[in-house]
Amino acid sequence: MSRYSILIDVTKCNGCYNCFLACRDEYYGNDYLPYSAAQPLNDNFWLKMKEIERGTYPKPKLSYIPTPCMNCETAPCIDAAKNGAVYRREDGIVIIDPEKAKGQERIVNACPYRVIYWNEEKQIPQKCTFCAHRLDEGVKLPRCVESCPTGAMVFGDLDDPQSEIAQLTVKLSVEDYHPEFETKPLVKYVGIPKRFVAGEVVFRGQEGECAPGVSVKLSGGDLDLETVTDLFGDFEFEGLESYGSYKVTVSADGYESKDIEIKMFKDVNLGEIVLEPR
Amino acid sequence: MSEQVFTNCTNAGPVSVYVKDGKVTRMRPLVAEEKDFKPWVIEAGGKKYSPPKKFAVAPYVHADRRRLYSEERIKYPMKRVDFDPNGERNPQNRGKSPYERISWDEALDIVAGEIKRVKDTYGGSAISGMTSSHHNWGIVGYKMGPFARFMNLLEFTPVLDNPDSWEGWHWGATHTYGFYWRLGMPEQYDLLEDSLQNAEMIVLWSNDPDTTRGTYTGQDSALWRQWLKEKGVKMVFIDPFHNFTAGVMEGKWIAPRIGTDTCIAMAIAHVWITEDIYDKEYVKERTIGFDQFKEYVLGKEDGQEKTPEWAEGESGVKARVIRALAREWAAKRTILSGGARGGEGGACRQAYGTEWARMMVLLQGMQGLGKPGRTIWGTTMGAPSDTKHWFPAYADLEGRVSTAHIAKFKPANPTKQRLYRLTLPDAVLDPPVSWYGEGFCGQSLEQQFTHFEYPMEGYSEIKLFYRYGGSFMGTMSDTTKWVRMYQSPKLEFVVNQDIWFNSETRMADIILPACTNFERDDVGEWGACGGYTCHASSGCNYRIVVRQQKCIDPLWESKSDYEIFRLISKRLGTEEEFTDGRTELDWVKAFYDSSDLKGMISWEEFDKKGYQIINISEDYKSTPSLRWFAEGRDCDTPDTNNPKRNTEKGKELGTYSGKIEFVSESLKANFPDDEERPISPHYIPSWEGHHSEMYKKYPLQLLSSHPRFTFHCHYDKHTDWLDDIPVHRIKKDGYAWWPARISFEDAELRGIQSGDIVRLHNHRASVLCIAVITERIRPGVIHSYASSAKYDPLVPGNADSPDRGGCVNMLTPSRMVSKNVPGMTPNSCLIEIEKWEG
Repeated sequence: MSRYSILIDVTKCNGCYNCFLACRDEYYGNDYLPYSAAQPLNDNFWLKMKEIERGTYPKPKLSYIPTPCMNCETAPCIDAAKNGAVYRREDGIVIIDPEKAKGQERIVNACPYRVIYWNEEKQIPQKCTFCAHRLDEGVKLPRCVESCPTGAMVFGDLDDPQSEIAQLTVKLSVEDYHPEFETKPLVKYVGIPKRFVAGEVVFRGQEGECAPGVSVKLSGGDLDLETVTDLFGDFEFEGLESYGSYKVTVSADGYESKDIEIKMFKDVNLGEIVLEPR
Repeated sequence: MSEQVFTNCTNAGPVSVYVKDGKVTRMRPLVAEEKDFKPWVIEAGGKKYSPPKKFAVAPYVHADRRRLYSEERIKYPMKRVDFDPNGERNPQNRGKSPYERISWDEALDIVAGEIKRVKDTYGGSAISGMTSSHHNWGIVGYKMGPFARFMNLLEFTPVLDNPDSWEGWHWGATHTYGFYWRLGMPEQYDLLEDSLQNAEMIVLWSNDPDTTRGTYTGQDSALWRQWLKEKGVKMVFIDPFHNFTAGVMEGKWIAPRIGTDTCIAMAIAHVWITEDIYDKEYVKERTIGFDQFKEYVLGKEDGQEKTPEWAEGESGVKARVIRALAREWAAKRTILSGGARGGEGGACRQAYGTEWARMMVLLQGMQGLGKPGRTIWGTTMGAPSDTKHWFPAYADLEGRVSTAHIAKFKPANPTKQRLYRLTLPDAVLDPPVSWYGEGFCGQSLEQQFTHFEYPMEGYSEIKLFYRYGGSFMGTMSDTTKWVRMYQSPKLEFVVNQDIWFNSETRMADIILPACTNFERDDVGEWGACGGYTCHASSGCNYRIVVRQQKCIDPLWESKSDYEIFRLISKRLGTEEEFTDGRTELDWVKAFYDSSDLKGMISWEEFDKKGYQIINISEDYKSTPSLRWFAEGRDCDTPDTNNPKRNTEKGKELGTYSGKIEFVSESLKANFPDDEERPISPHYIPSWEGHHSEMYKKYPLQLLSSHPRFTFHCHYDKHTDWLDDIPVHRIKKDGYAWWPARISFEDAELRGIQSGDIVRLHNHRASVLCIAVITERIRPGVIHSYASSAKYDPLVPGNADSPDRGGCVNMLTPSRMVSKNVPGMTPNSCLIEIEKWEG
């Protein structure tokens, strides 16, 4: 048995869209029956890029989440399909049969990740196939992975312990995208953006100098984190959960320490935190 | 019919082209045999760094198939309906009137007839022509080949290019450290290794290498930066826009007000001087004029000490941030990354951009430029790369069918008259025009001081304009004047030869359809420029020379540029002189024969296999750029065009003194009293910035950087797949709009929402864009990429009409960098923005 997967390291993605364009080049106007019918011109993002901008000026963050078909092990699209129009191959790849799926628009809406697209002209649902037609020809990689310049996408067999992807999933802190969908996606991620708190510490009376090395603590929920400001007096706590309530405590010798209560409705930039001399 | 696979190359990477039944079905990054790759290895910090066996091409290359079959292709020869060469010409209707399809014979007869008439009546100098860069790849078909050969035969008036992407380095940095033979950009040899082994911090100042990608070298270098990030090298980004490299690298973002980067540089120098944290030994041994510079920084010249507090007032960047950056820079081995190829960047494409570029060199001069981890490196060139095997590139005289020794006949152009790209419309509309500097001044520093005047005595004003491959509406400055130029009756005849409809195409009287490099034979090395950018393919992980095979026949009625020029020459009686008796494939073979490729692979194999990878040799020896200078040795890099290399002056830089010049000897000798490019760099407030009168009415600064998903005006509207990338264009109501990025604060003040159509305007023009509200821009700055290929005026043919295609360059000023520096200044541009209600 194999379980083909793509491991996507979001922290390595520079948002170049090579994957999206390589996918379109492979499929636009090209039938690969029985795997897939040609991709139409508009509104099809078989490799969808999601741009995530977080935080506020002057401490924004930018991430991209490349989103192919997740090849879920409990795929809602399979359940939604009639007469076996969507099936999982032995290697884990979920395929929509372009013939059998004709007219079955509900398959599009079954996907919680929104990565199935309706082909208006042909009246069929379509999606990423992991380039199954290429894999079956003996080519090693899907086009998206082949085109990635930074190694942000690694393709392979999760069930082969010798494969790079299997080893990386052990080594890295791997996660599912939207685990709450509970569909057991085979596509795995590293570094999906969470919430962060950032700020800059300044000493009153010393505004012309940055405040490096200042202790900043964050507590709340199960968390008890500590960091120190960098050479610019900046600090950051990354990887927090939404809606958590936290207390940020900034303290430095000779200054009154400061507590700030926050609730993470979104990323928080505390801006300049001015410490008063004691 | 079964699938065939051909090899070809683009301006950002080599490709394998899959063809079925005469139609291209797919294009992949070139699929080479695994055994052909011999990856280099760099050892640093106990790790080995080595590239994968593949070619990381630029995004738009994956869409080249779509561009090939674009609906925007010019399919047939065409004539403007109200143009009659023997009657009414109606030049005022250029840009307005429609076109009708005509036969090739008729088109060629008209073009040849007009060339003959104009030449006989006014002389060859009345003919001029202009090209863009790199809508194609391949040395046989490149503009400096057939176009130059053809136009030289006509004895035309050439139009000098300005160094459009690196103005300040060309006109400024050269007077600080030489490198005029690289047009002001520093050598970059083995700086990847230096960075991996030695760098502790990299300051990317006005540099977004993940967007500009080293110009032609695709995305191979993206992985290098990934390695540096993983290694923990600190990154600092100084840019009014939180750019895409900053996005993926993270690090510190410093966002100055546009036009004030020089202040920050001065303040850094101030910290170093007053805290005594610079390399005094180096300054003493390797530089001249420091004391005079120091006087200026300390305020002894003008009464203003260049403190971080002073810089904060101008730039909006906190003094403490400047101070902390300065101290860290001095304490840690810090690489300065001042633009994609070392020396480029938007900060040098603005008023007094020379001063910023000079300061970049001088800052590193104070910290030991050339010492380990103390260099100027764009992060996009300088992988270990073979320099022993020569293959001609387009900018080499030996890489052009017009000048290479392989040509039996090399048509020389006796016409001495010149035009200058930035003032071409003014030259036509309102002559005379004059300027200093011979465009790309790669032969000497003195070339920058040559005075030109058009029209030149003894020559004609231009009457016939031959436009070839591309458009400047989206790339040059104050570009509505190009429309005005075209509508002038002084241009008696305009021909446009191109592959796709571009913004200037419909300004012509006759349109000739050319084909792409996928429809003809050629040869080219990926990323190789040659000439003034010697060894540029070190931006690629592997040197690869591609036999650019003809994959399909020219589409519709298009022909190769070479064939079009041959057919016109035939009518002019100069066919043999033009072709040299050769076909395009003959030229390919002749270039191969003239190169070192000959010893590596047979012609037959190269022609069939389609490529040759040139790996580094087993005994590759690293020679980091400028290490020789820092250590007082003779130049040991393979920088072929360095005129002092291998001479008794081998230890010297290309300046007059041979040292880094805080006070420029070349400026002192030629323009000693120029207050706008003083002999030692100064901060001079922009003539279109926050101190200028115009700011009261137009308080927003436009930052129009080089684009991310298009190359100059290429790809974009000829490649509609890109319209599905919202960083590039955003679809609304059936139209793909050009994004303008605006801060939350500025948007709120004006009642603008993301997705609104907005009018960017000033007294020069109005351009409609789609608003993108972002936290990634400094308030007071609007970011919108230059290089829209879609000039789409609401009223065609009316230069004053708002454009909805996104040619924001229409808003930018014509004024030059400074009075003796004829560089463009798109980033000195004040505008206002409002919601467009239609």
